[in-house]
Order: sequence, then structure tokens, then C-alpha cells
Amino acid sequence: MRATLWRKSISWLFVTFCGLSVLFALVPLAFILFFVVARGVQALNWQFFVNTPKPVGELGGGMAHAIVGTLILIGLGALFAIPVGILAGVYMSEYQGSRSASTIRFAADTLNGVPSIVIGIFVYGIAVLPFQQFSALAGGLALGIMMIPIIARTTEELLLLVPSTMREGALALGATRAHAVFTVVLPAAAPGIITGVVLALARIAGETAPLLFTSLGNQFFTMKLTQPIAALTVQVYAYAISPYEDWHRQAWAGALVLVMIVLICSLFARLATRRLERMARGT
Amino acid sequence: MRKDLGFRIGTGIFGLVIVLIVVAIGYELVRQSWLSITKFGFAFWRTDNWDPVSGDFGALPFLWGTLYSSILALLISTPVALGIAIFISELCPAHLRAPLVFLTELLAAIPSIVYGLWGIFVLVPVVRAFQIGLPDSVRELPFFSGPPLGIGMLAAALILAIMVIPFTSSVAREVLKSVPVAQREGAYALGATRFEAISAAVYYARTGIVGAIMLGFGRALGETMAVTMVIGNTPQVSLSLFAPQHTMAAVIANQFREAADELYLHALIEIGLVLFVVTLIVNALSRLLIWSMKPHRVMARQRRRADVAAEGAPA
Repeated sequence: MRATLWRKSISWLFVTFCGLSVLFALVPLAFILFFVVARGVQALNWQFFVNTPKPVGELGGGMAHAIVGTLILIGLGALFAIPVGILAGVYMSEYQGSRSASTIRFAADTLNGVPSIVIGIFVYGIAVLPFQQFSALAGGLALGIMMIPIIARTTEELLLLVPSTMREGALALGATRAHAVFTVVLPAAAPGIITGVVLALARIAGETAPLLFTSLGNQFFTMKLTQPIAALTVQVYAYAISPYEDWHRQAWAGALVLVMIVLICSLFARLATRRLERMARGT
Repeated sequence: MRKDLGFRIGTGIFGLVIVLIVVAIGYELVRQSWLSITKFGFAFWRTDNWDPVSGDFGALPFLWGTLYSSILALLISTPVALGIAIFISELCPAHLRAPLVFLTELLAAIPSIVYGLWGIFVLVPVVRAFQIGLPDSVRELPFFSGPPLGIGMLAAALILAIMVIPFTSSVAREVLKSVPVAQREGAYALGATRFEAISAAVYYARTGIVGAIMLGFGRALGETMAVTMVIGNTPQVSLSLFAPQHTMAAVIANQFREAADELYLHALIEIGLVLFVVTLIVNALSRLLIWSMKPHRVMARQRRRADVAAEGAPA
């Protein structure tokens, strides 16, 4: 009898511990979101979105240049990463089980695990040093390299979910493999792939380390791709470690914008995947 | 057939691009750090003198800081992450599952710069207050010595732990999913308590769970921004949780732009090279362990065992 009681209390303690650990993770999440929203909202105003930085001591500066910069960098990265990622994903799913597909998958997973700062060094070596020029192009390349493995693996997984009967039907009608993939299989998986790509872009928009010595950052508004360009994350970093109260305020505002981007994209992705699941179940 | 070959090559090239990028990263890092590698050799990792002015470079403090902060972070995050994985996959009501998964994954989606910002302005003051609140007798211990700055090893490890939790817990959850339901049903049928049934499942999934923990370790090793903002960026080897220290990723982020001469730059890139190689090994190992838990692998193993048992049974 006593043994049973002992075992039951151990079990109860264990269940409590598991429940508490969920709280333990959710409390910091709540704290982070609370502080970002509370402090960010105070600092966020119209000027933040339309102005560029003012000299220290003058209020009313903003991050218009950094918002545009982030969009440009993400766009450049996507331009390079989306075709590579999707087609590599197509290859991995079409030639599933072949040695070459496994090699590519291994490389993609490896690339996904490479610390972002190392990607920054790599791009510095190939795209900054030879031209002696920090540039938006180099920053975009660094972000693109980080997007590729995420997009490739998402594409592969989603393509594998497409029922093989669809591909077989197309092939039976005399379509070539390319024709079957591009007109039947890929379109069927397209909504999911688009969701995955959006999510990848949102995640990469929050990267700082690979930009530190590729796009460098800039206090002025520029759209020249061969010049250093500002990014929200780099700007937040520069302001966060600065000694000025007003810059700290703006750093929180920048953080709020970043978190909103990620949050909105995640929610969108969650809703989209739910709809996809429902569609797959046929209800 | 011809056209299919064209298709295979056409898409395969893009796959090849990924392989080439990984190879190129390795090659480029070695090439760009060659001066430092040949000049200092292995002593680079055993000396703690980091003096760019006189051209003396020893990376021990960074190696120490990276390992110490990552291991501390794992000590904090592992029980929590496993608790979460078990709660979500085994204990919680089904309708809570999706929202909880979403919320824990949100932790992984928050940019590391936001963690860093929060760390500087919210966590660091809390750590400082905690340190001041410690009794003097405790503060004399080597683990807790040093002036109350707030920034330092503990703040970095805490931030890292929070950042690593979602990675470990989501993989651990997947791994637990691959444990056959019959395993748990069998345990309950024998009268096991929840704890006993779940520990049997965890034991069954142990390889994959070690893989999940290692995946988190790989993340922690390479994390840059959040750590550099709270760890204090001071190259020293210290056991103290409150001492400002430095990590490999942080020193690169901080000093790369200022590296004026070639040897300095090469020394920093050598640190990047080692970071690359170490994370590569850790990630590959963890993926191997997780992969061995995939359903078809587990099934093959069981079939083999069943065959052995059948052969061994008396006819």
C-alpha cells in the first residue's frame, strides 16, 4: 500500500514538473512580448516610419531607411534563394532515395546549422573583400544563403505530401517528368510552399549577424545596391548598445516592428497550414 | 527518357549549388585563416593572450566562453525542453496541443537581436539585483565571485537557454511520437503509473532525445547577437557566473570590422573556421541520432529483433 502511494506521488510530481516547464518557457515569452510591445508602442510614431536618423540630441529621428533597407535585402536574398531552394527541393523529392538526393539533403541540413556569423565571414570573403566595398548585394547574398536550405527542405517535404497518384496520372497521359512536376505536382503543393517561403523570409528578416560585415549598415537613405545599406536589425543593434536614451527608445520601436513581422507571418502560416490540412482531409 | 535526363540535370544543378556553398564555406574559411593557422598552430587554442596590437593571438578565452555558456544553457534548457515535449505529446488535452506547439515555436521565431535587447534592458538588471541579494558567504565562492555588473556568463546562459528550448523540445516531441503506442499501453496494462509509463517511452526514445539535446547544443554554440549583447565581451577564463566573458561568435561580431592587419583578420576567421567545423560535427551527429529514431528505422530494428527471437525459440 505504501509503495503504491510512493509511486503515485512520484508520478504526480513528475506530471507537475512537466506542466511547470511549459510555464517556465511561456513566462519569458510573455515577458519578452510584453516589454517589446509596451516599450515599442511608446516609441512608435509616424516619424519612425518616414524619417531617417537625426543627429544625437535632436528628437524625431526614424528608421525609414532601415525598413526600406531590410525590404531590399530580403528581396535580393529571395531573388537568389527561391529558385535555387525550390528546384533543389524538387530534385530531392523527385529522386528520393538516390545518393545524390541524400547528399543534397545532408548539405542543406548542414547549411541550415551553420552559425549565421560564419555565413557573414564567408560572404565577406567572396563578395566584399574582392571589391573592397560593403554592399547591399553582399548582404542580400548572405541572407539568400541562409534562406536556401529552409526553402529547399520545405519544398521537398510538401512535394512528398502530394499523392503519388497525381504524378502517375500525368505520366500515364504521356507527360514528361518535367511536365508532370511543373504542371501537376508543383501547383498542387504551391500554397504550402508559398507559406513556407513567407515563413523563411520572415525568419531571415530578423537576422543580424550575417549583415554586420556584408551590408554593414548605413545612417542615410539609399537604394544603391553597390553601397552599404541599413537594415532594421543592424540599426536596432547599433542603437541598443549606444548610450543615448532616445536611441534606446527607437531600438524598442524597431524590435516591435521586427516582432510584428514575424508574428503576423507565423499566424498567417498557421492559418494557411490549417486550411491546407482541412483541404487534404477533404472537408 | 532524354527529356527526363534534361530535367534531372536542370534541377540537380540547383541541388549542386547547395553542396558547393557548403564546400566553398569550408574552403574559404581555411584560405582566409591560413596565416593564423600556420603561425600559431595548435597553440592558438591553448593560450589566453589576445593582444591585437602586438599581434599576439590566443583563442582559449573564446573557446572557454562558448563551451561554458552553451553547457550552462543546456543544463537549464534540457529538463525544461523535455518537460515541455512530454507535456505536449503525452499529458496535455488534445485541444491544448496545437496552441502550445505554436507558442513554444514562437520562441524560436523571435529574432535574436530582440532577445539581446530584452537581455540588456530587462534581464541584466534582474541578474544584477539577484547577485546583490546573495549573502556575502555565497558571493565569496568562485562560482559567484566578482562585482555585480549584471552582464556576464549567467545572463548569457539564461538567454541561450530560452532560445534553445524550442529547438530541443520540438525534436524531442517528434521523437516521442515515434514510440509505438503499444509500448505505453503495455506499461499501463501492467499497472504502471504515468511516470513509469512515460519513462519507459523516454528510455525507448533515448537515442533520439540525445540527438534533440545535441541539436540545441549546436544552436547554442553558434548564437551570436543575443550573447554578445549580454556577456560583457571580456576575454577571460573564469568559472564565475557573474564574470563578464566572451564567446567565439561574439568576438567575431565585435572585432571583425576593426581588424586592421591581415594576421588579426586571419585569427578571427580561424575562430570562425573552428566554430563551423564544431557545429558541423555536432549537427551531423545529432541528425544521425534523430534519424535512427525515424519510424521505418525503428520498425526495421524491431523486425530484426523479432527474427532473432524467432530463430532462438525452441522449435
